[in-house]
Order: sequence, then structure tokens, then C-alpha cells
Amino acid sequence: MRILLLLTLFMVSAPTLAATALPVKEITDGIYVHVGKHQFPDSKNHGEIANLGFIVGQKCVAVIDSGGNPEQGLALKQAVSEATNTPICYVINTHVHPDHIYGNSAFKAPGVKFVGHHKLTAAMAARGTYYLAKAAEQLEVNMSAADLIAPDIEVKDSMKLDLGGRTLTLKAHATAHTDNDLSVYDEKTHTIWLADLLFTEHVPTLDGSLKGWLAEIAQLEQQSFRYVVPGHGDVVTDWPQSLQPQKHYLTLLQTEIRAAIKKGRHLEDAVKTVGYSEKNNWALFDDYHRKNVSTAFAELEWED
Amino acid sequence: MHYSKLLPAIFITALLPIAASAADEETRWNTVLKPEFFAQQTLEESDKVITLEAPVRAEDPSLVPLKITSKIKQSQDHYIKNIRVFVDNNPYPFVGEFDFTPESGKADIAMRIRVNTNSPIRAIAQMNDGSLTMTKTFVKASGGCSAPIGTNSDDAMSRLGKMKFKMEGDVKVGEPNLVQLMISHPNVTGMQMDQVTRFVKKSHFVKQLKVSFNDKTILTAKTDIAISSDPNFRFYFVPEKAGVLTAEVTDTSCETPTDRTVCTKGNTYTESVNIQP
Repeated sequence: MRILLLLTLFMVSAPTLAATALPVKEITDGIYVHVGKHQFPDSKNHGEIANLGFIVGQKCVAVIDSGGNPEQGLALKQAVSEATNTPICYVINTHVHPDHIYGNSAFKAPGVKFVGHHKLTAAMAARGTYYLAKAAEQLEVNMSAADLIAPDIEVKDSMKLDLGGRTLTLKAHATAHTDNDLSVYDEKTHTIWLADLLFTEHVPTLDGSLKGWLAEIAQLEQQSFRYVVPGHGDVVTDWPQSLQPQKHYLTLLQTEIRAAIKKGRHLEDAVKTVGYSEKNNWALFDDYHRKNVSTAFAELEWED
Repeated sequence: MHYSKLLPAIFITALLPIAASAADEETRWNTVLKPEFFAQQTLEESDKVITLEAPVRAEDPSLVPLKITSKIKQSQDHYIKNIRVFVDNNPYPFVGEFDFTPESGKADIAMRIRVNTNSPIRAIAQMNDGSLTMTKTFVKASGGCSAPIGTNSDDAMSRLGKMKFKMEGDVKVGEPNLVQLMISHPNVTGMQMDQVTRFVKKSHFVKQLKVSFNDKTILTAKTDIAISSDPNFRFYFVPEKAGVLTAEVTDTSCETPTDRTVCTKGNTYTESVNIQP
């Protein structure tokens, strides 16, 4: 009987044990970060490129971004269980991009709530079919709609999550990197998890509003934080210094695109000329810069 | 996720990496689109009537610039009557039909489109004598986080129906003049309810465009969801004297992203501008 029980336990937990823990670093008391590599998502890295992690309280763990595929989600879950016995209560999705949310299904369990910006569900619905097709085609990851888990808790403006002994403040931002950016602030350690509102080293990617992002940057720049976790790039401790390269890049896009529009240039010309002085300052510039110019151009041409 | 559709695609790609790809590229055209839109018609494939320019890779799949240049001067007895554009592998391949007149001056048309995946893009010009000429290019899909649907359609919605004409240089009498028409419209493809998000949203897009100068038609177009949000077109017109350039845009809303059987009548928006050569 006892052997049978042990055997059953082993069988149930076998898939979890099989996952190798994702390497994470405790940057400050109870905050663990996995820093992703600066790579374009493809069939070799299977979309495992973003920063992921978790924050441990006395009662609850909050996972922040779940991974670039379900398997990476399992590896992150394994990292949580190796760091603490505290149960996972929340999975916070900072925005809709695949590299941040494709690990969601690994965490689905009774007692786990998914948390996101109030516009996240709509963004998942609008892009889900397309993203899932791309996962197979470009990442060689087989996923179904069940792997995209919409938030149980939607953040309208801001919300506090009590993890026991520490409180997280979630903020739903106005359209910036995307239209569903959520940041997480931990009062206890003065750490802010900005996710893709901040890029360091990796060129910023614009999928929302250039003017909106610059407005968020202006606000964030006024605040002080001890640790700042970007969505891509190393954790930084010199705020707001580490924000400056991104601010410079986005400001340059705005200035040069406005000038191009004034001269009567078209979108297809602007993507070839705007912002190239920044080329050597960023990883993956060639992969994302033209898309950034294109998105910003379509926004700024309606200004006057 | 339609595994039934996805799996054969993966299967084919895996087994027949390069050799069959050129033939595969034409499959949807030959088996579905040509029979549907040009049944029993002969299409000559050449760059003699129009040329087509698009980026090799769709860096931004929601905004792919497409430029069609005519090699023929529009005259009363010899002119391009219409140009039809298709993205074979889009969920709804028909991009638009653009009808020109001798008054257009030159049957050029530039636009921005959505490209969902690796696909041939083709333009078919029909002359006033009915002859058809096709030109095509191939656009590679982009990867990463970008998608054919931008995340920010609130701006377009807040100025829905607003339009702007932009003249490209000084207006010259009796010559083709290039003009840009910007239309503020989300041009959303709609969303089918899925089990996860329980979200459903109808498509909402510009279905017709009519541009005239002093009441003479220059360009009429029938368009669909492959046109990017905030539709943007560049085309020619020939002013014989000062006058009024007018655009009339009509939209519609359909139940699903790819079915056009159940649609509701939309609104019509107009914009006029005085042209002073």
C-alpha cells in the first residue's frame, strides 16, 4: 500500500521533476530574475529570449512573465520550486508578446490566478490565431489556443497584490510599448519590473505608440528605484541613467520622422533613412528598427 | 488553432524543402484564386503594363508598402481600366480592385497592406480592350512580436472618417499630378470568438473609395481587410484648371474576419480640397 502510494506520487510529479530549472539570479531579497539572450526568436531558441522571473512573499509567489514556450514555463516553474516552498498564487503577464506569455499553460493549476492589463484579453484575441500559426512556423513550438491563457484578474489603473510580508503594486500603463503594458513595483526592495517598457542593450521594439512611450518614460524618469528589471537586457541599478539610451533612440525616431513627414517623404523612404546613427548602439537593430520606424511613421503622420 | 490545416503544411515543408517551393507558391493561385476571379480568362505574365514594388521581407506585417507603377499613359482609347491586387496566403487574399479612367492620367497606385505569412503578391491589370496582364512579387513574413494587427487602434477609431489630401509637389495643369489620400479608419479584421478569451469583434473596414475631380471620376476602389489601418493611397489625376478634389469613403462591418455574406451597411465619409494650379 505504502509503495503504491509512493509510486502514485512519483508518477504524478514526474513531469515536473523532469524539467530542468531555468537559471535565475536572486537580485535582491526574494526577487529572482532570468536574463534572456539577445536573439531574434527562431526555431533554434524556440522563442526563449525574454527576461522572466518571480517574487517570493511569505504566503505567495508571483511569477512575472511565463516564458517563450510551455517548456520554458515548466523550467521557470521548476526554478520557483527550487527557490522556495511558497506556492505560486499569481502569474503576471506584462503584455501580449509571445516571448512573455507562451509559458502560461505550465502554471495553470487550482489557486493560480493570471493577472494582466485590462486590454490584454482583447490583444490576445486579436493576435492569438496569428501568433499560434507563427509558433509552429517560426519557433517550431506546437501550441494550441489552450496555451494562451487570458487574465483572471484585469488591472484597470493600478492594483495591489499582497504576497504576505510584501505588497506588489501593479500599474496598467497607457499605450506605450504595446497597448497592454503592465509594470510591477515591489515596495519592500524598491524594485520595479518594467518588462518591455525598458530595453537595455537590445533595441527597443515599438508596437504601440511612440508618443505614448515617451510620455511614460518622462514619468518613470522622475521616480527613483533601487533595482529596475527590463524585459530585455540586464537588471540595472543606476536609474534613471540606464533609461537614457532608450529615451535617446525613441526621441531620435520622433525628431527624424517628423522631419521626413514635413519633407513629404513616404513611409517606405523613411524606413531606409531614419535613425541609422543608432545602428551600432543596439543589439538586433537590423531585425527591429525598420518596423519601429514604420509604426512610428503611421502614428506621427496624423499629428497636424 | 486548426491543427488539421497546420500539420499538412509542416509536413510538406519538412519533406520538400526547396525543390517544390516554387510550385507550392502558385498552388493557391492556380487552384483557388484564379478560378474564382479570372475563370476561363487568359492572363499574360509580364512587366510591360505595370510593375509591382514591395519589400522583400515584411518587417512590419501590418504596414507593408506596395507600389504599382503603370508603364502606359492613360488616353481615351488606350488605358488601364482596373488593377486587382491579391496576397495569396492571407486569410482573405483579395486586397482590392482599383478602377481608373482616362482622367486618372496615369494608373499608378500605392498603398499599405497586411501580409500574414510568406506569400506571392500579385497585381493584374485589365486594359480597356479587356486584355489582362499579371505581375507578381514574393514577400517573406516577418517574425518576432509583430503581427498584421497593430495593438493600437484607439487613435484611428477616435478620428474615424477623418481624411487628408496631400499634394506631392506643385500642381501642374494638364499633367498627371500625384496626390496622397490618408483615411483614418481602424480597418479591423475582426476576431472570431475563441474558447480562451471569449472575445468576439466584428470586422470593420473601408469597402469602397471614390475620388473625383470637378465631378469627374478619377479612381474608384473596392477594398477589404488586407488594407492596413488608416488606409493610405497615392494616385494621379489631371487637372485642366482649378477645381475641387473629392474623396468619398464607405465602410462596412461583417460578422467574421473572412466571410462576406453577413455584413451591415456602414457609413460614408467625404473630404474635399480646393486645387489651385
